Amino acid sequence: MKRGALAWAFAAPAVLVIGGFFLLPVLMAAGVSLTDFDLYAFADIQNVRFVGLGNYAHLLQSSEFWRALANSLLFVGMGTPLTLGAGLIAALLISSRLTIWPSFFRTVLFAPVVTTLVAVALVWRYLLHTRYGLFNWLLISMGLHPIDWLGDARWAIPAIALFAAWKNFGFSMLIFIAARQNIPGHLYEAAWLDGASPLQQFRSITLPALRPAVLLTGVVTVAGYFQMFAEPYVITQGGPLQSTVSVVYLMYEQGFRWWNFGSASAVAFVLFWMVLAIVTLRRRFGNYFRWTI
Amino acid sequence: MGREGEAIRAILPEFGRLHPDIAVRVQTLPWSGAREKLLTAFVGDATPDLCQLGSSWVPEFVALNALERLDDRLLRSASVRAEDYFPGIWDTNIVAGKLYGVPWYGDTRLLFYRTDLLLQAGFRTPPESWEQWSTMLAALKAVVGPERYGVLLPLNEFDPLLVLALQQRDPLLRDEGRFGNFRGRGFRLALQFYRDMFSKGWAPTIADTQISNVWDEFSRGYFTFFVSGPWNIGELKRRFTDERKGKWMTAVMPGPDGPGFSLAGGSNLVIFRHSQHKDEAWKLIEFLSLPATQERIYELTGNLPTRRSAWLMPALAGDPYAEAFRRQLERVKPPPKVPEFERIVTEMRLVAERVVHGDLSIDEAVNALDHTVDGILAKRRSMMAPQDTQ
Repeated sequence: MKRGALAWAFAAPAVLVIGGFFLLPVLMAAGVSLTDFDLYAFADIQNVRFVGLGNYAHLLQSSEFWRALANSLLFVGMGTPLTLGAGLIAALLISSRLTIWPSFFRTVLFAPVVTTLVAVALVWRYLLHTRYGLFNWLLISMGLHPIDWLGDARWAIPAIALFAAWKNFGFSMLIFIAARQNIPGHLYEAAWLDGASPLQQFRSITLPALRPAVLLTGVVTVAGYFQMFAEPYVITQGGPLQSTVSVVYLMYEQGFRWWNFGSASAVAFVLFWMVLAIVTLRRRFGNYFRWTI
Repeated sequence: MGREGEAIRAILPEFGRLHPDIAVRVQTLPWSGAREKLLTAFVGDATPDLCQLGSSWVPEFVALNALERLDDRLLRSASVRAEDYFPGIWDTNIVAGKLYGVPWYGDTRLLFYRTDLLLQAGFRTPPESWEQWSTMLAALKAVVGPERYGVLLPLNEFDPLLVLALQQRDPLLRDEGRFGNFRGRGFRLALQFYRDMFSKGWAPTIADTQISNVWDEFSRGYFTFFVSGPWNIGELKRRFTDERKGKWMTAVMPGPDGPGFSLAGGSNLVIFRHSQHKDEAWKLIEFLSLPATQERIYELTGNLPTRRSAWLMPALAGDPYAEAFRRQLERVKPPPKVPEFERIVTEMRLVAERVVHGDLSIDEAVNALDHTVDGILAKRRSMMAPQDTQ
């Protein structure tokens, strides 16, 4: 048997599974996105009409889609820096020699990542409550005006982004801690001998050394926020005034509430291309994120 | 589905005694996933013989051609008699003049209100017309102050506005559901009244996700009226105890001029077309539709009977809170019977939310809504066209 054939034989089970359960549905969805497949199509397959790129054209013309896209970008724009920032600060604090019980704090700060999203989302709904919530209680006790977090279209996304950042920053924290531990101690010793201040050490050693980790968590986080769905679904159900409808939420509504699988598939593919574009950008700027001693 | 799924296990042994040759297997579904599950079952050709179906889903499953017509069986049936049912509830089973189900339990929306607060504002009886309701809400606002309200109309629920719209003579859709009719006079009036309740400060501009506990707020007097369904009778009886007992009541929805219509809802019993046991399934429907069985369901779940004769039982006839529901069930209308209905009322709710927030005028709102709805119905129109040429 030739080597190539042997390799294929070994790979075949995995290839078949991935092909059958992943690639095939994706290709079918691509096909469906070119039709007006909907509820009537379930009754009689004859009711499916080929519409070419009609779904995509309609999508790009609909204000609904652009709003959802803008909302998703807002989630990405607010959530990513919050998540990475909080993760970095927490990682540096935990890695510091002055911190007591680092593993305890690491566990506590990581806990939100592994808790059930729906449960903590409900808790946050109470925290953000306009009249009885903790956040507004704090604002009022500081002498500030309370904010209608989930009832005001301007505040709903920041509120949910804050929640999502709290829920997710533990993951980037963990990656940063690991990356921080990989920085050889002698670099800091040398810098110290040269008289570098802690801030200079951070800027010249820690930050460049963490670049690959920033890249990894950045891509994962951005992709995650692009797929924002469960948070608005549980907390605001897309409201107020559709201000928290993300692209994935729109896709869910089109597909599983209205049974418009044609346009839902089109949304899915637009999202796919966007995430792909981001990953491509990453490769473009990959060199900047490389770090070697 | 829901509590009915558990209650039916207590009822079925009786059916087994009457029909020892028929074995019934019950599968319970949570309401939240039932529609998806049934649709998936239809696609996978794994539909049940008999099923409880939310009454507003009937048009959808008829469009799928998934349901068995029941007209002939009804004619031959000795126990299921259409005239014993509340007409609006019965009507939810009829699509294009054909019968696809039998009402199992009824549901509708009406007013729950605080008798003590209304009395403080100077009224002994609940409102019967929009005009009376407005007078009361204005008087209540003067009594309760800026932090509390007359009525709760959650902005993420379409039911209250839908009820106001169904009270009008104009239908919501025209030409057999081919086009939206939101520009019609009826819907404009409903939307105007709805908006005014917010702009005059009678209703808070909030969604129910912002109310942590509707019963607590009702008990605190955050609002005097709210629009809800029969399950709240049980909830409020349980929660309003001791000195708060008797401080609330139910009332028929006020209409534009006198007692108004409300939404026909609830669950129907249907037989799937692909069933191999249609005769047996019909026997079970007949059994579940007996007034005595409906009584039992009411005792077990609090779900309201759909047959007038079942309402004669002491538990219901003597319940002052249920009385308004009996009167309301005589005055209910089904929503437009198109499969796209749920999407249409969702669009309606979104537009109404923007009107309440002051982003759209009534004119802009109804025009935008008709435009959107006509788009949603485009496929339906294209499929209906051949019928016209016949």
